[in-house]
Amino acid sequence: MSKGSKHKDKKFGMVIDLDKCTGCGACMVACMSENNVPFKENESNKLDSITWMRVYKLENGKSFPDADICFLPRPCMHCEGDHGHAPCVSVCPAIATDYDHKTGIVSQIYTRCFGCRYCMAACPYHARYFNWWDPVWPEGMEKLLNPNVSPRMRGVVEKCSFCHHRYQLALDKAYADGRDKIEEDEYQTACTQACPANAIIFGDLDNKKHAVYSLKKNPNTFRLLERLGTNPKVYYHSSREWVRRAGDNYLKHETTKA
Amino acid sequence: MDSALIPKGVKRCSLGRFSLWMIALTAILLWGVIAMLLCWFKGLNQTNMNDAYGFALWIWADLAVIALGGGAFFTGFLKYIVGKDELKNIINYAVVIGVVCYVSALLILAIDVGQPLRSWFIFWHANVHSMLTEVAFCLSCYLVVLIIEFLPLLFENPKLDRKPFFHHLSHNMHEIMAIFAATGAFLSFFHQGSLGGVSGVLFGRPFAFREGLFIWPWTFFLFTWSAAACGPCFTILITRITEKIAKKKLVKDNVIDLLAKISGWMLGTYIIAKIFDTWYWAAYTLPKQGFSLIDFYSNNPFYGIWILIVEIFVCGIIPAVILISSKGRKNKRLFMTAIILAVIGVCINRWVMVMQTMAAPVMTFEDWFMYYPSWQEVATTILPVAFGAIFISFAYRYLPIFPQESELNPID
Amino acid sequence: MFPFCFEWVWDMSHIVFMGGLWYALGIVGAGLTYCIVKAAKESSDNHSNGDH
Repeated sequence: MSKGSKHKDKKFGMVIDLDKCTGCGACMVACMSENNVPFKENESNKLDSITWMRVYKLENGKSFPDADICFLPRPCMHCEGDHGHAPCVSVCPAIATDYDHKTGIVSQIYTRCFGCRYCMAACPYHARYFNWWDPVWPEGMEKLLNPNVSPRMRGVVEKCSFCHHRYQLALDKAYADGRDKIEEDEYQTACTQACPANAIIFGDLDNKKHAVYSLKKNPNTFRLLERLGTNPKVYYHSSREWVRRAGDNYLKHETTKA
Repeated sequence: MDSALIPKGVKRCSLGRFSLWMIALTAILLWGVIAMLLCWFKGLNQTNMNDAYGFALWIWADLAVIALGGGAFFTGFLKYIVGKDELKNIINYAVVIGVVCYVSALLILAIDVGQPLRSWFIFWHANVHSMLTEVAFCLSCYLVVLIIEFLPLLFENPKLDRKPFFHHLSHNMHEIMAIFAATGAFLSFFHQGSLGGVSGVLFGRPFAFREGLFIWPWTFFLFTWSAAACGPCFTILITRITEKIAKKKLVKDNVIDLLAKISGWMLGTYIIAKIFDTWYWAAYTLPKQGFSLIDFYSNNPFYGIWILIVEIFVCGIIPAVILISSKGRKNKRLFMTAIILAVIGVCINRWVMVMQTMAAPVMTFEDWFMYYPSWQEVATTILPVAFGAIFISFAYRYLPIFPQESELNPID
Repeated sequence: MFPFCFEWVWDMSHIVFMGGLWYALGIVGAGLTYCIVKAAKESSDNHSNGDH
């Protein structure tokens, strides 16, 4: 990455408003459909099913009338770590995953991955999934697959790509129109567009014109496991202190980071 | 029938008895081969691994056999570099055990990857920043060195030794063995360490993560140290088991005593470093990340503080004290207890660094992940054990592994 | 692994890592070649001595 072009670099990320999320799962469905995510005949064991976007249910552990719940959508955090030193990227022995300094997106190269799963061991968010089986689509469904996303074979790791193919399509369109920039609404992830509550906001975290730029600065905004130094690009927002505290690990005497 | 192949001056059991022993071992081997083929043809869905347990029994087995195979490099280092000449009486067997351990490790790795046919990517498209790349390179290179160290032994078989070329080759290789041994020690230092680095660099996994020196976490040094300490104990253990099966003494006590004494000092110093590392991790590293030590030893059905106590005290301090003291080494029962405890200790260390790392929750809203292996995982883990027993049996029967055997067991 | 692989970068990490690797492989390879060549020479010498 040359220093001269640094001003053009983007840092795509999300701000997810947990107070708005209803846990409907539309983001998960949209993600699976958009990215040709395979599924099993029996999906009851969630530990080996693939969910690039996964909605967790958090509880405050209190009884009625203080009981409260929160749904937390978890895509890949596209960690920047320390200068692109994401937990999963530096460990991959075959450079099958990469941190793109131009977009801030952590990519996965399926044809390069040989399935050692070291990246999965490295990711504290469980955002990486292994293809334990070959993808099998119900008859006729293969015709409905997204032609812009390659399906993955058995034995490789996959994960959320921030719908990177949409970024490439937007760039192609801009180029055809004679533009060198794309607007905020030209590149949006499938989960963002599918969210009926408008809880997921996506954009360039470094671009002042994008909504995420100011949203990430809200005092009630936090990131998951920030203290580990993963430097994730997915931000969460909640006005509830217990939700913010659930985002990271704290010793009993420590106060939640504002 | 096979007497022409048996080294001179030693007695071996009948071919019929040996064949029966081989049939029993081959049956176990075949069970493992079936499981291995299932994993290769049907995929890793044959295992009980899952997305939370991407690393499981096989990675532990890999780490454990490489640590136990460390006896080869450390004994070689002591014999050829430090100059402990008595160890020439056990170095052959240490090399044979090393070959078994490293072949096993590579075989398990070949089963463990999702796309085995792409395994060469780790070399061709190497990411030099990954600890696993360092492991793959050094492990493969060191296996080559071990085979080179083993070849002269093979050429000393009576049949082969009659051929002038093999006779001279064996002699020449012996002549410059110190160079090979030094290269082996260099490679071993890095891959034993890198295996520690594999978990130590995971800054997203607070149970495993350690700070360190430059690019190397403390686990890098601890793994090399513990392999050098416990590898020779495994060599001694297998020697004693072989003696028990063969019903004769194969190595003189002073040789075993020297190796055990050095192991004891290595284990003692290692365990002090390990205690310091655990204290620093618990007192400084973990609190910075919002964790306390007890978070990793509570609220789950298996991993209690007992495992830390067993690893450090029962399988660390106790065997170190026994092996360091000459009285401890002279008491046969106490001595064997110490040897077994040291071997178990290093296996527990590798277990927790793999399994407990995967099991412990990092996100606050997750629970512990527990796992038990499928029969295919167990069978493929036992497969190398059967292979090892077969390899050692052949080596013992047909190669002059123990230079002191004929002196200790004269044939009338 | 080789400078012609497209991931190869001439940086310190590659030089140190691959340098160490090729150095070790070089020593092992040279040592083995020395032993084999010397053994071949010695066995042919013995053979011709035996002929006399």
